[in-house]
Amino acid sequence: MTPARWPRAEPRDERLLVLDAANGRIADARLGELGRWLEPGDLLVVNDAATLPASLNAVGPGGEPLEVRLAGPIEDGRARAVLFGAGDWHTPTEHRPPPPRLAVGEIVRIGGALVGTIENVSDLSARLVRLRLSVRDANRTPSDSRAGSDNGNETVPNGQSPARAADDALWTALYRVGRPVQYSYLANDLPLWEVQTHYGGRPWAVEMPSAGRPLSWSLLSELAARGIALASLTHAAGLSATGDAALDSALPLPERYEIPAATLAAVARAKERGSRVIAIGTSVVRALEGFALRRSRVPHSDTHLAAAVEGDTETQAIDLDMGVNSTVHVDGDASARECLEPARGVTHLVIGPGFAPAIVDGLLTGMHEPGTSHWALMRAFVPADLLDASYRRAEEAGYLAHEFGDSCLILGAQSRLSGAALARLGAATGLVSCSP
Amino acid sequence: MDLERTGVLITGGGRGLGAALGASLARHGARVALVARSAQELDATVARIRSEGGEAHAIAADVGDKESVYPIAGAAQALVGPVAIVIHAASTLGAVPLPPLLDAACEDFERTLAVNLVGPFRITKALVGAMVLSGRGLVIVISSDAAVNGHPGWGMYGASKAALDQLARVWAAELEGTGVRVLAIDPGEMNTRMYHDAVPGADPATLTDPAVVAERIALVIEEAEQIPTGSRLLVSEQLPSTLERRARS
Repeated sequence: MTPARWPRAEPRDERLLVLDAANGRIADARLGELGRWLEPGDLLVVNDAATLPASLNAVGPGGEPLEVRLAGPIEDGRARAVLFGAGDWHTPTEHRPPPPRLAVGEIVRIGGALVGTIENVSDLSARLVRLRLSVRDANRTPSDSRAGSDNGNETVPNGQSPARAADDALWTALYRVGRPVQYSYLANDLPLWEVQTHYGGRPWAVEMPSAGRPLSWSLLSELAARGIALASLTHAAGLSATGDAALDSALPLPERYEIPAATLAAVARAKERGSRVIAIGTSVVRALEGFALRRSRVPHSDTHLAAAVEGDTETQAIDLDMGVNSTVHVDGDASARECLEPARGVTHLVIGPGFAPAIVDGLLTGMHEPGTSHWALMRAFVPADLLDASYRRAEEAGYLAHEFGDSCLILGAQSRLSGAALARLGAATGLVSCSP
Repeated sequence: MDLERTGVLITGGGRGLGAALGASLARHGARVALVARSAQELDATVARIRSEGGEAHAIAADVGDKESVYPIAGAAQALVGPVAIVIHAASTLGAVPLPPLLDAACEDFERTLAVNLVGPFRITKALVGAMVLSGRGLVIVISSDAAVNGHPGWGMYGASKAALDQLARVWAAELEGTGVRVLAIDPGEMNTRMYHDAVPGADPATLTDPAVVAERIALVIEEAEQIPTGSRLLVSEQLPSTLERRARS
């Protein structure tokens, strides 16, 4: 399928392929007609993560050029990153030369403003590393200002704690030197504003949660006026490609999410009234289903067990040994108080054919190529023959693919948890008591 | 609106009313991100707030620059969490000494509109969507008497502020029912560098301390649900009656 090479002027005119998994019907519509396929009471859940300038030009320890591509949000001055060799987005990711092999403790200089210290190299691929980021001090050898050891007070105004001063400087520098992840099919360099949704908040996503890109506020308001509800969560949408076959086959990597109490309550209410929960984007599916899996007391760290429970042969367990679980706390026991707090966690869940969604009944997503992790996720909602047939039909009809391409709405996939079942699960976890 | 642990973005935070607002709101428990062009002034303001135990962060950027909008919105939300309150306090006079319109340079007027009007529009647009999703938010534009009265010399500035007032009214109308409120606040004549730039030789004794105005604005924020969205308030003269009682006590 031909990729859309640039954002189009009028998202309402973009194509919308509608698949009904229940009866096998396929319809060709326009994105502006989204409301025709929704019913009052349906709940749309969007991912409100803003998109980071995650692509950073850097120089390795031996002076070799490379690209540091953030693969997750920055937490406590640290981020997971994938390294790419010389070159830029004009070369498809898989054709980029490999980066130099870096070891723990080695340093990359980023855009003359930041320093990244390798803290961990993944067993999965030497390209996947954890970096500690710090602001480069031109007068000194690279050092970590947050450690405060040899950075002195001269770069830190009086009264500021070093960690906080370092955070401010880090974010300012990141936005100065970073650019959004670019794609080889693009017509031009993408500016940061072209990869933001109309409702982006905290910058957690390293690539745009692009299913929500065409949703303007005028369209969302029209839907709201028809009684279609809207809720949000924040999910750290990760990289779509890494240029490394081993790493690509492990996508998506574990990703952090936060679901506000109000959204949990909205989901519970939708289920209670028998309405559909429709995820805007695969990242929303991953967050909600990861949460549901956690809540149904399947041990979170063991996705093999999750796969067994779900009867899913293609779900994979990934242990990146990146310490993500140790830095992000997943809510523990239920209590009334918990309902005032968002549900936070890291989901390792990889969704594919055979996965039975617990919460999500429908999905608005982009036109994804067969073989990608997004395609595999769609297979949890749509039988293979219907997905293949619809993809061929869309391609013949001139649909455009990828981040700025056309959309696909999947309906008719009944989620596993009925209102009653969710109520039972909710009663056990405090979910339903969040509901007013 | 409760300020405790609430994320606030304040432009023009290096000095004057913006800096005073940063200090005041941080004392009320807010997590404050301050934006200004001068990193030096900003760092000093942030250091002062932190030394009082408040939480403040510095984002050195130009609100009149289109390229700065997402860097400002992104860095702010990375540093203070979801931004529920944005206060547009950054302003430029356009040129000093204040020229009559016949002598005003078109480029100065364009720059005035970029900083005082288009910048606040862009930053609001980048932040309000997430506020609507969360069902809670407050946008405050800092206006001026020059927006409603024809003072000679204040043409560029006044026109930008009148347009900013109107922008606030329309934002308010469009956001009605979403939980996001919009207010325009005229702070009156304050003892700030900007006022002295505009009116050389002004007697500081006749001007209000920006810290006093900032404290009154903090009160307005805490009681924002009681004030009709889209209102234009003259905080130096009179607050809505319920607030006035609290301000006096």
